[in-house]
Amino acid sequence: MSDTFKLNIDGQEIEVPKHYTLMQACEEAGAEIPRFCYHERLSVAGNCRMCLVEWEGAPKPIASCAQIVGDMRPNRDGSAPIVRTGGAYVEKARNGVMEFLLINHPLDCPICDQGGECDLQDQAVAYGRSTSRYEENKRAVEDKYMGPLVKTIMTRCIQCTRCVRFVAEVAGVEEMGMISRGENAEITTYLEKSLTSELSGNVIDLCPVGALTSKPYAFNARPWELRKTSSIDVMDAMGAAIRVDAKGDAVMRIMPELNEEVNEEWLSDKSRFVWDGLGRQRLDRPYIRENGKLRAATWGEAFEAVKAALSVGPDKIGVVAGDLIEVEQAKAALDLFRSLGVKNTDCRPAGARYGTSGVREHYLFNPTLMGIEEADALLLIGTNPRVEAAVWNARIRKSWLWGNLKIGLIGEAADLTYPYEHLGTSAADLDQIASSDFFQVLKDAKRPMIVVGESALCREDGLKLSETVHKLSQTVSAVTEGWAGFGVLHTAAGRVGALDVGFVPAEGGLATVDILGGDLSTVVLLGADEVDLTKLGNSKVIYVGSHGDAGASRADIVLPSAAYTEMTATYVNTEGRVQMTTRAVQPKGEAREGWAIFRALSAVCGKPLPYDTADQLRALLRGKEGENTVFSGRGYAPGARGVEALSRPVADASGSLSSAAFKSAIVDFYLTNPIARASKTMAECSALASRLDTPVAAE
Amino acid sequence: MALRRFDLEAGGDSFSFKPETEDKIAFWRGKYPADKQRSAVIPLLWLAQKDNNGWLSEPAMREVADRLEMPYIRVYEVATFYTMFRLQPVGKFHIQLCGTTPCQLRGAEGLKEVCTREIGKQMYVTDDKRLSWEEVECLGACVNAPMVQINDDYYEDLTPESLAQIIGRLKNGVDITPGPQIDRVNSAPEGGAKTLTDAALFDGSRNAIKTLPNLPEPAGEATAEATGRPDAGAPTNVKREEPTAGKATLIDTTSKPDATKDGMSAPKDKKD
Repeated sequence: MSDTFKLNIDGQEIEVPKHYTLMQACEEAGAEIPRFCYHERLSVAGNCRMCLVEWEGAPKPIASCAQIVGDMRPNRDGSAPIVRTGGAYVEKARNGVMEFLLINHPLDCPICDQGGECDLQDQAVAYGRSTSRYEENKRAVEDKYMGPLVKTIMTRCIQCTRCVRFVAEVAGVEEMGMISRGENAEITTYLEKSLTSELSGNVIDLCPVGALTSKPYAFNARPWELRKTSSIDVMDAMGAAIRVDAKGDAVMRIMPELNEEVNEEWLSDKSRFVWDGLGRQRLDRPYIRENGKLRAATWGEAFEAVKAALSVGPDKIGVVAGDLIEVEQAKAALDLFRSLGVKNTDCRPAGARYGTSGVREHYLFNPTLMGIEEADALLLIGTNPRVEAAVWNARIRKSWLWGNLKIGLIGEAADLTYPYEHLGTSAADLDQIASSDFFQVLKDAKRPMIVVGESALCREDGLKLSETVHKLSQTVSAVTEGWAGFGVLHTAAGRVGALDVGFVPAEGGLATVDILGGDLSTVVLLGADEVDLTKLGNSKVIYVGSHGDAGASRADIVLPSAAYTEMTATYVNTEGRVQMTTRAVQPKGEAREGWAIFRALSAVCGKPLPYDTADQLRALLRGKEGENTVFSGRGYAPGARGVEALSRPVADASGSLSSAAFKSAIVDFYLTNPIARASKTMAECSALASRLDTPVAAE
Repeated sequence: MALRRFDLEAGGDSFSFKPETEDKIAFWRGKYPADKQRSAVIPLLWLAQKDNNGWLSEPAMREVADRLEMPYIRVYEVATFYTMFRLQPVGKFHIQLCGTTPCQLRGAEGLKEVCTREIGKQMYVTDDKRLSWEEVECLGACVNAPMVQINDDYYEDLTPESLAQIIGRLKNGVDITPGPQIDRVNSAPEGGAKTLTDAALFDGSRNAIKTLPNLPEPAGEATAEATGRPDAGAPTNVKREEPTAGKATLIDTTSKPDATKDGMSAPKDKKD
């Protein structure tokens, strides 16, 4: 039997696979089908009836989203069934549907946040009547509470149930539903409890009308006044594609953009709602501490102070890069401090035992984020993807839900929104894995995937763990031709990029924990707020960063730098995918891009760096024409190119695996970096999550 | 129909099934495979409503959800969808008054007035917690319209007077008799049967067929069924039994050796 089916759509003969829906077939033929309830990434509901088309011979118009092509039959003479997506019949049908949808929809477009980007508005113009014939009272629906992120005006709801399907299928927390029926049907969370998903903001994008809108963004701007800039998110190590919408010099909102390989079209709540943190607690000018108090200073004064602080001799200086550092800053800072002879440089969290082997694949997420859709077995070690890479977690769920992915976890038991086999809580449990049932699952799998959390490699036994996992991945053939099944899931957007430029201790240099130990005279923090700053003692601290957070409050000299929405900068995500942000707004006050600060400082210190513009710096990173470096290509993940490096035998590490339980790297999902900690919205979410004790906030 | 919401205050914090209900729960759950237990949600909600004085409280709904391992919202959707699940307290005797067209034409409006007068507005529970009423859609007893359902029983062929009398008895704790409230058996004509009264119609004497036409010659004795006495045989549409030798059937195929020749079953020796 043939797998394809012939159709005649609008007079055009077309052959499509049998599993296509009629809507897909029509789109293949170039027709535009209006819809409200249908969404590519959700199950088919077929309840809005907007996608009606005419099938010649059928007694009624057909809802094309729910009609599988393979279920259609040819005409009696054997010719392809005739489908029309336009014409008086279809137009009248859609017109009627539109009229019913609008019967109970309020006419409050002028005060509706969806106005201007509303599916209902657009389609009413395209397919609806010019005036209303309805003279009765419209129904009104009580607004529902759904937490601090989603604002509801339920009278506008057209019951498409996209949000209900998203929350149940993609987010994996069944908390929304449609209650009652008929005219009384209402969308609500259970007894109006707050949504506990870390992906809840996506229902705002999904809502085709203004029933679910963004609470923090409410009444702030109109879509047509916003300047839209495509960029990259830095709240986690995934590097999701985002669109930064700005008005004047303020970021008004952040929306996801489509990137099939990274975030599909979803975005985590932290990435989406962190924007109010970009306007608070900002460092907008240099500061110098005098008599225990920070006082505003000029760049010149600050640089002189820094120069004095750096004159203590290279062995007495240490540099720590933080979670959000961009590649350009890391490169410029590293070049400067190496030229000063400083060996104590590190970009990793305290206690890290990775990244120094010289093999890039050892710290990359080699199977790629999209690889989970091919994988048939997944072993998570010391990681909780739900908080460390929320959007990817939804993808694991998708793979589990629609495929036959089997998941094992060694680490903290948590609600990951899909079932998994809990194989242990500590690294020592890896010793027994060979005797577990899941080992056989891994062995039998065609595409097994083994993922280690970055935090698991930041312990005493990190090297041994790394060795054990590498050996395991070779034993279960996770690294084969065309499939590199070993990956490290990072939690910080800047980490891989900084590692790629070599921001690790030089031969004989000190690592993070020792730099912050209080023995050095001068410590430079490049936005490092996540590290333990309590042991710094009398060290002179220079803080370069965008927000007044832990680092700035301890600092003796503060140099203000731009945040991720304020510069065009390179980030490398956990897969090793090189991506660039775009400047959406100007840096605040006198803040400068990180690399420019170090370029200027290098001149003050008498060791000028060999680049004057960011382009020159990036050209240096890319290498010569034709040379193949990490930064020579943009936008792709190396993935299976790492097979060769990963299949090399690994050196034996000393010591044994610790039986101390893995702890999640992220204590509070909503407050992982200085930008998020400056955000009121995130604070509200965090307070709510810890009060509800939801799985999103681990503690 | 008004908006339906849980009466959270009256529902309290906890609910548990009565011990004697457990058997019924096991019966309903037993109907569905282990991975499809949520199919039992409607029967379990119904049992919960019975155990909770005729209405479904929020803790009761949660109890059902926990037992079936369903998210609360999914059970909530079911409970709010079906109007027979009542989300607020009702009286010990809850009157469901059918107001759909046939009953309306036969005087349901008058019954509503009686209820409003005797009890109060819909879903109001009298102070002694004995009575409440609501209007519902068709209860499927149109032939006995107008009618009401009180707890599990139908009270049919009502007049405002007879309903008032029933309510009066309920108020005072006097027993009432379910069924038609006039001289009538079930849906039979008032005052007894008017047609088909001849007893000969039913004793088989008119139906003098001894055998069905064109039957093959019976091999053995004429059987009880073949005499055309329906009361002597089992109903034919309830239970189908394999014809076996010795068992009296209408068409006796066992005695015919030819029966196997029609290709329905192959002779055994061919297999060897």
